[in-house]
Amino acid sequence: MTWNKLTYAGWGRARSATGQVARPERQSSLLREIASFAAPAFGMRRSYGDVALNDGGRAYDMTRLDRVLSFDAETGVVEVEAGMPIGDLGRAFAAKGWIPPVMPGTGFATVGGCIANDVHGKNHHVKGSFGQHVTEITLIHGAEIKTITPKSGAIWKATVGGLGQTGVIAKAKLQLMPCKGDMMVLTERRIDSLDEFLAAFDESKTDYTVGWIDATATGAHLGRGILEEGEITSGINNSKDGAKAVPFNAPGWALSAPVVRVFNELYFRRVPAKGRTSVKPITEPFFPLDAIHNWNRLYGKHGFNQFQCVVPPERVDVLRLMLEKIGASHLASPLAVLKKMGDGRGGYMSFPMEGYTLAVDFPNKDGSQELIKELTDMTLDAGGRIYFAKDGVAEATQIKGMYPEQDKWQRAVEKADPQGALVTDLVRRLNLRESAKES
Amino acid sequence: MTQTAQTWIILGATSSMARAMARRLAKEGAMLILCGRDMDDLAASAEDCKARGAAEALAMRFDARDSTSFGPIVERAVLKEGAINCAVFVGSMPEQSVIDADPSLIDGVVQDSHIGPATFLSMLAPQMEARGQGTVVGVGSVAGDRGRIGNYVYGSAKAGFATYLSGLRNRLTRAGGHVVTVKPGFVDTAMTWGIEGMFLVASPDAVAKDILRAVAKKKNVIYTPFFWRYIMLIIRHIPEFIFKKMSI
Repeated sequence: MTWNKLTYAGWGRARSATGQVARPERQSSLLREIASFAAPAFGMRRSYGDVALNDGGRAYDMTRLDRVLSFDAETGVVEVEAGMPIGDLGRAFAAKGWIPPVMPGTGFATVGGCIANDVHGKNHHVKGSFGQHVTEITLIHGAEIKTITPKSGAIWKATVGGLGQTGVIAKAKLQLMPCKGDMMVLTERRIDSLDEFLAAFDESKTDYTVGWIDATATGAHLGRGILEEGEITSGINNSKDGAKAVPFNAPGWALSAPVVRVFNELYFRRVPAKGRTSVKPITEPFFPLDAIHNWNRLYGKHGFNQFQCVVPPERVDVLRLMLEKIGASHLASPLAVLKKMGDGRGGYMSFPMEGYTLAVDFPNKDGSQELIKELTDMTLDAGGRIYFAKDGVAEATQIKGMYPEQDKWQRAVEKADPQGALVTDLVRRLNLRESAKES
Repeated sequence: MTQTAQTWIILGATSSMARAMARRLAKEGAMLILCGRDMDDLAASAEDCKARGAAEALAMRFDARDSTSFGPIVERAVLKEGAINCAVFVGSMPEQSVIDADPSLIDGVVQDSHIGPATFLSMLAPQMEARGQGTVVGVGSVAGDRGRIGNYVYGSAKAGFATYLSGLRNRLTRAGGHVVTVKPGFVDTAMTWGIEGMFLVASPDAVAKDILRAVAKKKNVIYTPFFWRYIMLIIRHIPEFIFKKMSI
């Protein structure tokens, strides 16, 4: 059978959708189905909120289209099907001396999803966003098959970071970058305050830089955390794939305020006061949580939301206010990340902009959605923006003006998908395609 | 070189179980001949296997209903020295109600699931005997263990194939070869997508992993996932006078 009625969720599991889903296993069947019914596509659903969901409508599950279609060993250009997890691509090519120049925090994210959300990695300040390394995309809408490149103009910029609204991404070509091997030299050191963090980011010279931040810390400790700096190196990865899994939903107290405080204290002290340097297989620092399958179950059956924003570099004051608010709320989980971003971005609706990005997970319980909304307002006031790949909470009015090129995106999307066949739950909730007409 | 780092012919290589197995073999550096009817799709899988470490991967046409497609595959495989192995994933399962309305369809089902692959394996067998090594993996189905109202034509073709495999095992064992009969339960493939009543569904990769373990350990008949052995043990032992009134 082609269509299967399913209830499916985003990674945060706070939002879900019920609808008919097709899961083609061949390009030919994907083309045939889309020709008869245009609908949005999703991959591994590692986006946290509802950007990959289409409640009450149809959707294409791309995960069985996950192959390498061609590779040019001279140029390092690889063509893959959109459902290929980026981590698989990294593993297949690192040993050959090539690596995707940009990889997000999870290797399970598919290439199609990485393009549609124009994801960034720990090296954003050096290499920019994912979409900037894509050289060709095959888009399908109805019976139409389009091959677009960065020279295609508006349709390209509306597709990269375009939340899947211009067509289903069936295949893509990526420019891989040469790498020395599949190991990483990782230096970790404690950071005692926000100011120290910001200074450390400015001084950092490594390609891969990210900060774990203790979002429960307040007062003198506000903004403390661990700075991780990495460089790819040669070496042989002898480790076995020994993934662990969270077998069932954790009880509500598992990530309650006292537990998180103790965990964060221990996690902070795990790194010696004088810091440490180690050599690890690249998958570890790239995808730290992938070693624990279904870690989202730790948040219990109600799931969680992640707030991620980026604010301009001169608005550190807002960052500090946000951390104070989060610390005082006792709602934060151990998962909080701070990073300095460059200005690299691939499309009209791409998230990255120069500044500091903060990401914090919150269990989906009383008060957390209100807190996220407050943080979203603060982001808008600061001239920053929130990340659609993470959002499941914001309201349409809150994001108006956040994305200065939204009108250009809307015009290109209107042309590519005039019937609105590709609208997803997030696009509906945030009224992303409509607001131009109103103004 | 490990047991599986050899030449593998994969019949029905467009199926998701076959793809998963080909990938695992690719990682071990095998030489792969991917066979089926959708040449574009096979070419894509061959590229994929090469990227994942296959020493060589090529796509060849195999149509269970056209025995002229068999010879060239065998000829290509024997060019390579060492063990030749073959995994058979072919078969077709129209809905029983469709077959009931048009009994002429039985011909195709039996051709796809039994006659075609058995003919191919009988053409390959002398080569395996000559080399004194090699493994055949024949994928049957738990549906072949007992005829049921829901899919007895498909089941009977798979039962016929299972009996063929048992005989082939008897033949190849004395020449140094081996035959593994695989009986998967419900697997999460395009064939079962959206069919109601599926339970304890296994991923194609989990099945592929089970198959390769069975090849390494020279198992004769495996159920995958393993618990289907017990489910089918019960189903096979229901007395016929009760079974004939059941619809499971």
